[in-house]
Amino acid sequence: MWRFAGKRALAALLVLFAISVLVFLIFFATPGIDPAARIAGRNASQETLTQVRASFGFDRPIWVQYGLMMQHLFINRDLTSFVNRGSQVIPQVMQAIPVTLSLVFGAALIWVVLALIMGVAATAARGTVIDPLILVIGVIGVSLPVFWLGEVVNLVTQSRLHDTVFAWVPQLGYVPLTDGVGPWALHLLFPWLTLAVLYAGIYARVLRSEMVASMNEDYVRMARAKGIGETRVLIRHSLRTSMISIVSLFGLDFGALIGGAALLTEVVFGLQGVGKLTYDSLQNFDLPVILACVLYASFFVVLANFIVDLLYAWLDPRVRHV
Amino acid sequence: MSEPLLDVRDLRVSFRTRTGVVTAVDGISFTVGPGDVVGLVGESGSGKSVSMLSVLGLIDNPNCVIEGQALFKGRDLLTMSDDELRAVRGQEIAMIFQDPMTALTPVYTAGWHISEQIRAHEKVSKKAALARAVQLLDAVGIPNAADRVNSYPHEFSGGMRQRVVIAMALSCNPSLLIADEPTTALDVTIQAQILELLKSLQSEFGSSIVLITHDMGVVSQMSDRVMVMYGGRLAEAGPRREVMRNPLHPYTWGLMASIPPTDGTRVARLAAIPGAPISPGDPDRDHCLFSARCRFVSDACRPQPELVEHIPGHFDSCVLPFADRVELRRQAMTPLEVAP
Repeated sequence: MWRFAGKRALAALLVLFAISVLVFLIFFATPGIDPAARIAGRNASQETLTQVRASFGFDRPIWVQYGLMMQHLFINRDLTSFVNRGSQVIPQVMQAIPVTLSLVFGAALIWVVLALIMGVAATAARGTVIDPLILVIGVIGVSLPVFWLGEVVNLVTQSRLHDTVFAWVPQLGYVPLTDGVGPWALHLLFPWLTLAVLYAGIYARVLRSEMVASMNEDYVRMARAKGIGETRVLIRHSLRTSMISIVSLFGLDFGALIGGAALLTEVVFGLQGVGKLTYDSLQNFDLPVILACVLYASFFVVLANFIVDLLYAWLDPRVRHV
Repeated sequence: MSEPLLDVRDLRVSFRTRTGVVTAVDGISFTVGPGDVVGLVGESGSGKSVSMLSVLGLIDNPNCVIEGQALFKGRDLLTMSDDELRAVRGQEIAMIFQDPMTALTPVYTAGWHISEQIRAHEKVSKKAALARAVQLLDAVGIPNAADRVNSYPHEFSGGMRQRVVIAMALSCNPSLLIADEPTTALDVTIQAQILELLKSLQSEFGSSIVLITHDMGVVSQMSDRVMVMYGGRLAEAGPRREVMRNPLHPYTWGLMASIPPTDGTRVARLAAIPGAPISPGDPDRDHCLFSARCRFVSDACRPQPELVEHIPGHFDSCVLPFADRVELRRQAMTPLEVAP
């Protein structure tokens, strides 16, 4: 198991390196653009351009340029938007990370728990009216666009019913975890639920179809023939083997969301997360921030995949020897 | 004969489908005595597996109708509550399935499977259950059982996996073991080993065995009594020697003629029973179901013939005159052509 984890970690590191090279090449080695002008931003003066060229080595070979860029990004951490006119990139990203992580982790926890409950309940109730009912509820959740649902939630909780039922709902925005778990969770509660509704239905559907298929497997019949109770058959045999498909789905969605795909939720609920940061930097054509955000996103996608690989190995012993 | 362990009376299993009622088992009765090995033979779809699954309540289909009685130690399995039945399953009646590749949940170790079974029926600690799992694995001939108890199903070969399944089935000392084609999915060399194992365990543990198979060879090796099923009914039943040496039903003749002979001249073409097995969905059942494929068919085959005991203990459901059977059998079982 440890050997497996080590191998996977090494592979993840290699992928990260490859992504950083690729991203660097796209932004700085594309023919026909002057990277110095991109870094300096619009309407930069001639001295600024010269200074940028020197400090990023744009007159030197490409691998030196790559090394210098990584140094600015990760070692000196002094990469600045629009050189000396903007703010530093790394603090901006570091500020956005906890917001997005809080949002996505919380939502993920909710949607996975919801999907497990719905999937298992639908499987247990297959053949009755409850099974399709659960799935229809799931489809409704999937069909609601997150920006619309978010705005409706805001309309109800922040405006129409704010004086009565939802008086306890705080203002939109993010409160760091260091200010206390209570306020943090309260501020994020509706963003969590809104984001979770979108995914719970899909996960429940996938889980239900996997579980129903596994209920016809020989090992489920064998477990019943052993005299195992139906609940235990459902959880320990059917659910346990069906988890594997959920985990691969989860790895994809989780990585993408952390990497900025939660943008809509962040915008609707006024959260200054990574998605919002990326969006703003694209609007301003703020190349250093875009670069940092892309690398950040790829880091989390790779990390999520690494964790999924480990989960696979834990869930399915057959994977460990590959 | 002492009180039978399992006494199945007029068991009928049918499924309601969109196209009508499908009859899988059509009124079979038999008994299994303590320590008996009963072979249940028939083609695919003859109802042999379904009959045993239905007795244990293992048919997970809401459209299934089961009628009749299945008395196990005097209690009717078919009217038991789910909890009562669960206590019987695995503890008193254990089952082995055809494909050992898929019978074990792939994510758990051999030891986990066995101790799950033990702990489902007895209050023992995990440690004690695991220790018993090691003994059982050792008893079914798995080398290095103390290490192999922690192996996952995919780390065993097919034969070894079937041994694990057998160890699991025997873990609570069941008085009846239902083996549903236990060797069909295995290599021929492994088949013999598994049959040997079942035989030796049977004499050691004293369980009765119902052996479901389509292989006459397996039956002749293992069982004390043979029941031949066709279309959900018993075609012939009797002691093994009797049925093997003096088969009375044309269907049994067909089954036996299709075994390649190991001595004498090589036959150019193995005899086969012409036609296809009767569809269980066919509503016209008031006749000998084998008559459509039988070369001795006559008007007497309708209505459905009774099971008659021509020789003590040896039943068959054919209307052919008993006195002519030997001659007809010789005709039926003679190979058509002989290889040069």
